[in-house]
Amino acid sequence: MSSPSESTDAGLKAWLLSDTPHSVTQARCQRLYLAWLAFAANPIAMLGLAIIVILVLMAAAAPLLTGGDGTEQALANRLQPPNGEHWFGTDELGRDIFDRIIWGARITLYIVGLVGIIVVPIGLLVGTVAGYVGGWVDIVLMRVTDIFLAFPRLILALAFVAVLGPGLENAVLAIALTTWSPFARIARAETLTIRNAEHILAARVQGASTARIILHHVTPLCLSSVIVRLTLDMAGIILTAAGLGFLGLGAQPPLPEWGAMISTGRQYMLDQWWVATIPGIAILVVSMGFNLLGDGLRDVLDPRSGGSS
Amino acid sequence: MSPDAANGSLDAAEQGEDPAPPSRVFRKFLSIIKHASSILLTFIGLTAITFIIGRVMPADPVLAIVGDRASQDVYDAVYLQLGLDKPLIQQYLIYLSDITRGDFGTSIMTTRPVLDDIIRFFPATLELATIATFFGVILGIPMGVLAAVNQGRLIDHVIRIIGLFGYSVPIFWLGMVALLVFYAALGWLPGPGRIEVYYDGIVEARSGIILIDSALQGEWEIFWNALHHLVLPSAMLATFALAYIARMTRSFMLDQLNQEYILTARVKGLSESAVIWRHAFRNVLVQLITIIGLTYASLLEGSVLTETIFAWPGIGQYITTSLFNADMNAVIGGTVVVGFCFVGINVLSDILYRIADPRARE
Repeated sequence: MSSPSESTDAGLKAWLLSDTPHSVTQARCQRLYLAWLAFAANPIAMLGLAIIVILVLMAAAAPLLTGGDGTEQALANRLQPPNGEHWFGTDELGRDIFDRIIWGARITLYIVGLVGIIVVPIGLLVGTVAGYVGGWVDIVLMRVTDIFLAFPRLILALAFVAVLGPGLENAVLAIALTTWSPFARIARAETLTIRNAEHILAARVQGASTARIILHHVTPLCLSSVIVRLTLDMAGIILTAAGLGFLGLGAQPPLPEWGAMISTGRQYMLDQWWVATIPGIAILVVSMGFNLLGDGLRDVLDPRSGGSS
Repeated sequence: MSPDAANGSLDAAEQGEDPAPPSRVFRKFLSIIKHASSILLTFIGLTAITFIIGRVMPADPVLAIVGDRASQDVYDAVYLQLGLDKPLIQQYLIYLSDITRGDFGTSIMTTRPVLDDIIRFFPATLELATIATFFGVILGIPMGVLAAVNQGRLIDHVIRIIGLFGYSVPIFWLGMVALLVFYAALGWLPGPGRIEVYYDGIVEARSGIILIDSALQGEWEIFWNALHHLVLPSAMLATFALAYIARMTRSFMLDQLNQEYILTARVKGLSESAVIWRHAFRNVLVQLITIIGLTYASLLEGSVLTETIFAWPGIGQYITTSLFNADMNAVIGGTVVVGFCFVGINVLSDILYRIADPRARE
């Protein structure tokens, strides 16, 4: 009964593991599959992946998992300890903390996603152009990068938010402004190692423009290190965002941002521990998840580190 | 760091074949000039960023400085003082010359010059960050070495999990939980603050670091009280320092242990502890200088949230309270000072690294 599916499985596996790929697509799929096998063999990295997948599913299914949008107040039920109806208890306005954690997953993903979308293209552009073009362009761009690298992140983010005004979007902008510089450094280092590679020279001889070479030939090769670094940085981004939220400079009430939830829970800490403790555990678990995933990805995608960390 | 070191040794090798002493001195001179100018450029860049944040981005920089309750005279005076009627580049030069004279303007919150405030608040942060770095180093390095030597065994996994926890945990939350457990529930340690209120102002502030001041003046009761108050906040910061230092030590140590000179040492019949500590660890120690510098610098900044939780009157708390009072001079002044310390510590650890590592000395 299960033999047809087994045979297609076997066929697929043979196709993925064949020594002589017949097409570019097959070779690509094979590479991905081998990377996946190496990744899946690492239980700790898989744990990280599982945490992130659960976070994404939670965020996606938030309307199904909860009754409302996490902001309905029920003052009669305020500050209930965890029980059968409210698994994580309720907060000072009677809102269900479980619901708010789930809706908060959306905000967390929104922040890290947006920061990633801003930071990666900027870092790639600055780094690849500096590395490929070289000369004065390189010196100027890297000096600017170093200045941003030298600046303490949280303090710079604080100063930005002080001027821009508190809010989720401004917090994202402030974090992005303080996060892009390492990506430029990485992209430049990668570019320097490949700028004189034969396939780049071949493209140049064929008359490809500098922009085309950077975009089509250099950038794709920088991507894997940049993605590893981004995954590892996600934890830092989450912690910075939570810190800004905690100080009241990030997402504003009634949004269920985890850092802001800790901040309001602080005044009830002594008698109603769950209000502040549970969002903190959520932050801890998610940032651990990203760290585990990043370590695993680095071991697979970056052979130079040799799994030494 | 390592590419620099590699270049340095390559240059040295080239020069060994072609002895030309004057050019060597000249090259050394050039490299010092290059480093000094790059440090100077970083500092100028820092001031440029804070200038943009403080003077260009706000819709009305004067209002951001004097607050909305100031009289028209005060407003006009500050407007002229900032040179807002002049071109932007001239405004920046005025700002730069003010900073080099230590003039960060006046704080509306405390009505004192911002620099005086910073000098008053800074020792508390310094005290906290120094103690946290100290514990991060004396615990983190042995943990990292232990993990590397026992790679893949239980002790390695335990240390990695501790490290993972240390750099994944929101430090402000950990501080709250620690206060709940050790202060509220168990009563083992004192609550927030630097010292009990009734001891406040007894010791004369000479260095501003209570531990040093009270010890110098023989006030041991106050010394112990201050020490007890330091335990929780510095433990929070030390958790992060320890995690980072242990992780980097482990990874550096593994790099060294896989090298051939270690194999040679083992083949020679050296004891395992000699191989680990006298051979591998001495190379790691040099690399760790940079890491420790980085940790120290990041703790100076990272204390912002810890200071908020523990009501610690340091520079981080000064910046955040100023921020909520829309006191722009104080925010920017604090940011510049922390930024300068950050860069300064990194430069210092870079110099120490070059002194300690012969390969990077060129």
